[in-house]
Amino acid sequence: MEAKESDEGPRTGLRRRDLLRRAGAFGALVAVPAGLVAAPAVAAEERGEVRALAATEAGTLNAVLNRLIPSDASGPGATEAQVARYIDRALAGPFSDAAPAYAAGLAALDDYAAAQYGAAFAALPPATQDLVLGDLEAKRATGFVPDSSAFFEMVRMHALQGMFSDPVRGGNAKFAGWDLIGYPGIRMDYSAHDQRLGVKLKPAHHSAADFNIFNPKHGA
Amino acid sequence: MATKLKKTDVVIIGMGAGGGTAALPLARAGAKIIGLEAGGRYTPTDFIADEIRHDVLNWLGRAKANWEVPTVRSSPDGVAEKGQGIIMMNGVGGSSIHYTGQSWRLSPYNFKERSETIRRYGASAIPADVALADWPVQYDDLEPHYDHVEREIGISGKAGRIKGVGKDSRGNVFEGVRRREYPMPPLRNSGWTDLMAGAARKLDWHPFPGPAAILSREYKQRPACDYHGFCTFNGCHTTAKSSTCFTTIPEAEATGNLKIVTRARATRIETDSAGRATGVTYVRGGQEFFQPADVVILSTYTYENVRLLLMSTSAAHPNGIGNAHDQVGRYYMAHSYYTVNGLFPGERLNRYSGTGAQQTCLDMWDADNFDHTGLGFIGGGTLSASMENKPMAMATTTPPDVPRWGSAWKAWVKANANSVGGAFVQVPSMPYVDNRLDLDPTHKDQYGQPVIRITFRIGDNEQRLVDFLTPKMEAWLKTAGATQTWHDPVYPLALNSHAFGGTRMGADPASSVVDKWMMVHDVPNLAVLSGSTFPSTSSKNPTQTIEALSWRTAEYITRHFNAVKG
Ligand SMILES: Cc1cc2nc3c(=O)[nH]c(=O)nc-3n(C[C@H](O)[C@H](O)[C@H](O)COP(=O)(O)OP(=O)(O)OC[C@H]3O[C@@H](n4cnc5c(N)ncnc54)[C@H](O)[C@@H]3O)c2cc1C
Repeated sequence: MEAKESDEGPRTGLRRRDLLRRAGAFGALVAVPAGLVAAPAVAAEERGEVRALAATEAGTLNAVLNRLIPSDASGPGATEAQVARYIDRALAGPFSDAAPAYAAGLAALDDYAAAQYGAAFAALPPATQDLVLGDLEAKRATGFVPDSSAFFEMVRMHALQGMFSDPVRGGNAKFAGWDLIGYPGIRMDYSAHDQRLGVKLKPAHHSAADFNIFNPKHGA
Repeated sequence: MATKLKKTDVVIIGMGAGGGTAALPLARAGAKIIGLEAGGRYTPTDFIADEIRHDVLNWLGRAKANWEVPTVRSSPDGVAEKGQGIIMMNGVGGSSIHYTGQSWRLSPYNFKERSETIRRYGASAIPADVALADWPVQYDDLEPHYDHVEREIGISGKAGRIKGVGKDSRGNVFEGVRRREYPMPPLRNSGWTDLMAGAARKLDWHPFPGPAAILSREYKQRPACDYHGFCTFNGCHTTAKSSTCFTTIPEAEATGNLKIVTRARATRIETDSAGRATGVTYVRGGQEFFQPADVVILSTYTYENVRLLLMSTSAAHPNGIGNAHDQVGRYYMAHSYYTVNGLFPGERLNRYSGTGAQQTCLDMWDADNFDHTGLGFIGGGTLSASMENKPMAMATTTPPDVPRWGSAWKAWVKANANSVGGAFVQVPSMPYVDNRLDLDPTHKDQYGQPVIRITFRIGDNEQRLVDFLTPKMEAWLKTAGATQTWHDPVYPLALNSHAFGGTRMGADPASSVVDKWMMVHDVPNLAVLSGSTFPSTSSKNPTQTIEALSWRTAEYITRHFNAVKG
């Protein structure tokens, strides 16, 4: 545990005795202050290799994500936020059931784009890519099982997760998603003042994993 | 062959909200209790504020709940498919660990909806396909136990009607009469909850802060809430949430009379030739055990309660326990969650902070708090405006005229994600005669046992209630400053964390499963605890009522132990 007892006191007004009491309520737990791990989560962001998708599939997916959440005047998009990395890790892990649907859907997307618009999806100009995605969303695109909107909705949902979930999951790199919506990042507490209307909080830029209490290496 | 263990006084199956509450009065009275819990114990580290782990993957349900998700269909002729969405969790404390902690008493009307409707509007006001029944327990019977629970686990709130004191407009003036004030004041009001309270007052409505099973002050050596904002679907890393794992369960364990066996999956309630319960068979680490007991308490949430009763067939109970009259699984009900959103351009609402039980509520159109003459529906809804709007919800709540992706969507959320507020209601469903739970004929869990099949629809009563409430929710938001409001249609949510019925309580064994003490009619030493016993729903969240009923049943068992055990 890096954080000292005195680091914890002012943050939450807790004394060590209280921490031990809390710990008692959890059974055989060691008291863990809620402070920061020494090294922030940035290091974790640098890891991450393609695991679940083939290179061409990953290329098509990247192009899709780039249109769903473009890098534009509103700020960084899916590319900077590494949304593809989130999806790839999820497909290699907890969403492995969805991996076949990705492989099939991305292939169907390239076939459809080639047949209707003359090139694989990634090779089309952005405006045409948007037309293709509009076809998918409206269930108009052929060659998808069960239909194109099911694939579109799955990718859209995962893209939003990758943009706005905690960076510990591989996306939302450099807090691009949270900065976009004005969410300040994980904090252990909010004061009464923080909860008033109009108050603008400085982005804390913390992942949950930055806190000792949520970090398995420190917490249990 | 199951290993036979030493007999105990009481075995409780499921150490969640219901079972975890019942354990305390029993343990204090000196009963030796074994608690069988399918899940394990959690530590603060497990409650990491990670929306994917909890809200999306329901990691806390990985021991069991995620493997036996019920199937769903909308009519008795339909084919059921695996339900979508996540619901309950497994662990010591059960779903009281990851619930939001909105902690309500029901209104006196909710216990006698049938007779009150007939008295005020005539029998024809009850839809023909609805089997509405009064509860055999009334508000006044439960009031002492509501009070026990509030003190014991720690509930924050403001009373609106205290006995002998009269109405207090700072609290809920429509609530049933209470014997005293809450043990601590309500959770902090925020800018958003103040804005909505002010708008309601402008409209001459009666706003009040919703009661919460979350500490607003240090209480019984647990700390006050830090308002960090990842409470729903997640456990509380500070213990400020009054989950049974921080309250009644450790207290019961401290008496030395409660022993919890974790990772113990009950598979059957055993009965003798006379039909009485003899104990519980469970599986732990691949091995089968039989735990004999004088009294058995089943508190495994609505779906598993029904499943275990139906699967525990024997010569004495050929159709399953409590099912001699084909009543197990009947009169299933659930809440539909319905939100009207409002856009407050340029305003930073900061609803990402705080906790979901931090809310402004309105009870004027709940229950029978208003005249239903000519409205075409019965019952009502509690309206609320609350905090804890997590980042993924911030980014995805957009009006229908805004694209759902691309640059236009992105520009909209950049400008407005922190400026969307909502008015919310839980739409209660009627006990339609066709809505029920049974064993799915084809879908199985990972052990090859049938999962629960839900047959569920909502009807005109629910739609008309929503049509009645929507303009009020819109007016509320607009008065608060919303320039635009929008909503999705109300839809039935068959698979639900507020699931009611299936083991209905009642006086008549031909039309119910348990009696007014929650004891199974034809198995007097078996109690069933959960929303599964509710004969009707209200718009309110159920847990404090489950806990009060559990407390009452446990007291009944301790007071009449010899008679109950037979
Ligand atoms: C996200 C969420 C938010 C909620 N918010 C609120 C709220 O704000 N207010 C409110 O009043 N309610 C809320 N609820 C509902 C609340 O969680 C339930 O009403 C309550 O937990 C039900 O209590 P129970 O005892 O019936 O079931 P549970 O609390 O789920 O306990 C059942 C226990 O039984 C165990 N079990 C299951 N099967 C077996 C078996 N075969 N053998 C052994 N053990 C078994 C389970 O592991 C579990 O621990 C919420 C629920 C969810 C999911």
